[in-house]
Amino acid sequence: MKNSIIQIEQLSKSFGEVRALDNINLSVREGEIFGLIGPDGAGKTTLIRILTTLLLPDTGKATVTGRDVVRDYKEIRKLVGYMPGVFSLYEDLTIAENLKFFATIFQTTIKENYHLIKDIYQQIEPFKDRRAGQLSGGMKQKLALSCALIHKPEVLFLDEPTTGIDAVSRVELWDMLKKLKRMGLTIFVSTPYMNEASMCDRVAFIQKGEILEVDSPEGIVASYEEPIYAVEGGRFYQLIHALRALEMVKAAHLFGETIHVTTYRRIAPEELARAIKEREGMDISVREIEANIEDCFISKLHQIIH
Amino acid sequence: MNALLAFIKKEFLHIFRDPRSLLIIVGMPIVQIILFGFAITNEITEAHIAVVDPSRDEHTTALTRKILSGKYFILDEYLPSEKQLEQSFLKGKIKVGLVFEPGFSQKLERGEHPQIQIVTDATDPNTATTLYNYIRAITADYALALHPSKATPGGIDIRTRMLYNAQLKGVYFFVPGLITIILMLISAMMSSISLTREKEKGTMEILLVSPLKPVMVIIGKVIPYVFLSLLNGTVILLLGVYVFHVPIRGDLVLLFGEIILFIITSLSLGILISTKVETQQVALLISLMALMLPTIILSGFIFPIENMPLPLQMISNAIPAKWFIIIIKNIMLKGVGMAYIWKQTLVLTGMALFFIVASVKNYKTRLE
Repeated sequence: MKNSIIQIEQLSKSFGEVRALDNINLSVREGEIFGLIGPDGAGKTTLIRILTTLLLPDTGKATVTGRDVVRDYKEIRKLVGYMPGVFSLYEDLTIAENLKFFATIFQTTIKENYHLIKDIYQQIEPFKDRRAGQLSGGMKQKLALSCALIHKPEVLFLDEPTTGIDAVSRVELWDMLKKLKRMGLTIFVSTPYMNEASMCDRVAFIQKGEILEVDSPEGIVASYEEPIYAVEGGRFYQLIHALRALEMVKAAHLFGETIHVTTYRRIAPEELARAIKEREGMDISVREIEANIEDCFISKLHQIIH
Repeated sequence: MNALLAFIKKEFLHIFRDPRSLLIIVGMPIVQIILFGFAITNEITEAHIAVVDPSRDEHTTALTRKILSGKYFILDEYLPSEKQLEQSFLKGKIKVGLVFEPGFSQKLERGEHPQIQIVTDATDPNTATTLYNYIRAITADYALALHPSKATPGGIDIRTRMLYNAQLKGVYFFVPGLITIILMLISAMMSSISLTREKEKGTMEILLVSPLKPVMVIIGKVIPYVFLSLLNGTVILLLGVYVFHVPIRGDLVLLFGEIILFIITSLSLGILISTKVETQQVALLISLMALMLPTIILSGFIFPIENMPLPLQMISNAIPAKWFIIIIKNIMLKGVGMAYIWKQTLVLTGMALFFIVASVKNYKTRLE
């Protein structure tokens, strides 16, 4: 196992009455893509801001590259790259000017670390004289990533990089992160999209300031034990309510074009189809499936709530 | 060092890429000084006057001509009797009425004292008094020319010399004060807005997670605006000299040196404000509203500090503008050198250093 590059112990942070982070323990290994997955308001941004030395924790301890986020904040700031959740570059400066500015204040040059950003920057280089404010969401993201990388950080923190950009840009971004990982960077990324968990080496699922589970996506799926079925046919709205009304059904969720159903005991798929036919007169198709990572998180959430 | 240069360059780009703000920053002082310069003045010119002169003899016509010859009075009309005066006042046609006694010249020749009545519209007491004084002075002058020997009853001869502003021009007093107020407000406003904009736009978040030191950010914010404010100061100074004919009797280099010092003081005060507030609106409100009143009232710009109650006099010492007004008046109007203003210069330097150090101390290295 590789050394841990981020170590978080019993970290808590409150804003007034709101407990944003509640006794967090985490360890991120060197060179991995670590995903922090959770809904809005779960505490993702707060955790990233504490790790990037922008906020002070109330209690607990965190180290990044072995340095304390409170005491050694000046050193950490030289070693990490940070891309906030909202676009935070100078909109009245051009792509090239933004990049040059951030390279200079980090006491480096674009030339020196061009190899790191080459793949990303080449895509926006044709527009380098365009002002950042006039770029599309995906292009802004590429510029922000270039600026966060230009000083060759050891750890890259990305706060919801895929929020608000189109599906193609999203795929491109994950490809880029994988390439960066191969160059030896540790990447700490947060996202509200559960399906992006499979892009990470390991993920932590965060909800209401608490970490529910930390594992590799495969590990999470493997540890999932409940039977799960994909249901198709009928009108979704009606069907999902009919399914939830059945005694054997534990939970039913819309999942793209199908409904994923978990039950309290293992059943034959026909059993479910028959029950719906009897109750609602609908013809549906049911098949047992392998749970994906989203099913695991939803089931995890359910356990917490109920 | 490279980081600082990059930061300054970035600030200049912000300034030049926002032509609307640039126009406001450069245009506002020009409009202000022209408005203030022309509107705030206690000189009165071209006051309309009505004359009641039943005899129209040698001396009354000569004296009337003398009164009307300057730029102060314009003849509205000759009225047949005093009774019509009120109508003219009511209609707002005249500011002053001049009534000669009948048989004016004859009385004067006989060695008697003929009377002149001056009627003024005292709804505006200042104007009334000033007009009265003008006529009185012109009349006294005329009488003196007639009988040089009789001019000084009692044998005491009072001769007044108004130093540094012989013609008692209001603009001499207002232009230096205006330069001070405008530089103060514009500078503080620019720098406080510029730093809070980084907070509002979220760029502060990235600047914080960088090795850029607080003092670098602060100096990087101040330097570009020194140039901009200096441009402002020069424009106002040129307007003062060429439009309002205020002299610059002292050394230009010294004057500009002091202006730069005052600009740096104001800019760092603006930065200090912005370390304490989060939004551009609050920064604007504080730097304009909260600074404007004390600066105008307690700086000696309008009200003499010597006449204030002691607590206010003491507070006025904390107003940078007070010190700069003394400096700039001394250089522009009296033409003195550093030997006469080193104390005020020292106070301003101290204030600038204090504001910068306080800004660095107050600069939040984190988001909360």
